[in-house]
Amino acid sequence: MTTVFGVPLQALLGQVLLGLINGSFYAMLSLGLAVIFGLLRVINFAHGAQYMLGAFVAWFLLEQLGIGYWWALLIAPLVVAALAVVIERAALSKLYGLDPLYGLLFTFGLALVIEGLFRWQFGAAGQPYATPDELVGAKNLGFMVLPIYRGFVVVASLAICLAVWLLIERTKFGAYLRAATEDRTLVQVFGVNVPRLLTLTYALGAGLAALAGVLAAPVYQVSPLMGSNLIIIVFAVVVVGGMGSIGGAILTGYALGVLEGLTKVFYPPASSIVIFVVMAVVLLVRPAGLFGREG
Amino acid sequence: MLELGTHEPVPVAVDEPAGPALLEVKGLHAWYGESHVLHGVDLRVREGETVCLLGRNGAGKTTTLRAILGIVGRRQGGVSFDGRDLTRMPLHGPARVGLGYVPEHRGIFAGLTVAENLMLPPKGAEGGMSVDEIHALFPNLKERRTSPGTKLSGGEQQMLAIARILRTGPKMILLDEPTEGLAPVIVQRIAAALRQLKARGLTVLVVEQNFRFARNIADRFYVMEGGVVVDAFGAQEVEGRLDRLHELLGV
Repeated sequence: MTTVFGVPLQALLGQVLLGLINGSFYAMLSLGLAVIFGLLRVINFAHGAQYMLGAFVAWFLLEQLGIGYWWALLIAPLVVAALAVVIERAALSKLYGLDPLYGLLFTFGLALVIEGLFRWQFGAAGQPYATPDELVGAKNLGFMVLPIYRGFVVVASLAICLAVWLLIERTKFGAYLRAATEDRTLVQVFGVNVPRLLTLTYALGAGLAALAGVLAAPVYQVSPLMGSNLIIIVFAVVVVGGMGSIGGAILTGYALGVLEGLTKVFYPPASSIVIFVVMAVVLLVRPAGLFGREG
Repeated sequence: MLELGTHEPVPVAVDEPAGPALLEVKGLHAWYGESHVLHGVDLRVREGETVCLLGRNGAGKTTTLRAILGIVGRRQGGVSFDGRDLTRMPLHGPARVGLGYVPEHRGIFAGLTVAENLMLPPKGAEGGMSVDEIHALFPNLKERRTSPGTKLSGGEQQMLAIARILRTGPKMILLDEPTEGLAPVIVQRIAAALRQLKARGLTVLVVEQNFRFARNIADRFYVMEGGVVVDAFGAQEVEGRLDRLHELLGV
């Protein structure tokens, strides 16, 4: 049997692939956080709750209304984005002139309230969400048996990240967003309705989190705490990649997912902390993050 | 005769050409936080005029432009443009009624290419220069259009800052220190471009430290000191006032 550093190649490739699946979620979530932070200068602690809400909306659509997975991919992000518009207009926008800590505390409190309500309503246990019929089954790749749905998650997340990157780097909306990240006042003086741009950006980030939540529903259980379990890792990813760097958030998400997978092969006990070790080292060596601009 | 240095500067009543003003500023006060920077600025700019605000550093020239647009902590007084009250508009209002702004230090976005910088400000109602016309006026911008905005030289950045506003078709532009830090040959090119724009009927209010440049392009001058306008005169009166201007501007 082929081995790499004494580890069977099959196990290695298998864990790399599993790492890539986790990395898909890290990438999508850290991307949304980076977009929001870049423009709003708000560290959106409600991101995990918005991810959870996306999964719950999908679950609710299926259980209560019989609306399936593919429609949920469209509807759940729109519902959560609409909710984000209300939150941003009614509350978050009032905190922009203040210390960024206020935005952080507000979104943190909001996440606790939303998660608390869902725990009270649904309990801490997860609700299963069936894999859509088209993606049931598994494929033998030779080195591992890959459930088709998980392969789909990797492909879908790559497509989503690429689409968001194109939106930001190649469109007029993206040019407004990048310019406003540098100098919000000047962009508004040029005639752009920046308050509305901020609202849309927050909605975009929240919608992305919800989309990741729908993708996660068949993989993980749909539970009130699914977001808070994940979001701490995602914050570490954002710190490593560099706050506000779009490409950096995406790349770092996948890379750290794979690193976590590899750690599971070589030294399993360290796998749950390896991302935080990397974060600590990056903070010491390059506080702006691997892809962040210094200063 | 106004005495400088020992007394508070006081606003003067000045003779101005008659005719309706495109921009009218009346008794404008402005504050940054606790500090009271403008103490009742009055000025008028008629359609088609190029008017220059002169004054030493800290006299309130840049703040006057910012207060006209609403980029100050607090302001009081009247600002009307083309018959509209700018003080009742949100920050994105003035641009939408045709008032363009070329800020101090140019405000070129580092994360955007030259072409993206050029296309950034949304177009106003009508008119505006086409990209071809802009490239004819500032040929350097054409060659550099895919470079990041801040990789341009200072002169090119200034041309880009002016060009992106011209593309939106403003009735008037507020221009803050367009020659700051530029080589004389570039200053001449900027002056030539401004004369060309004046010939097209564009109205300009320009803040400038470079008196030779200002003299070259302006129809009328206001002199500011301590947050108020202390003198106003036409281009034909410059010669007779040189001594006083040297005293006022420290040039």
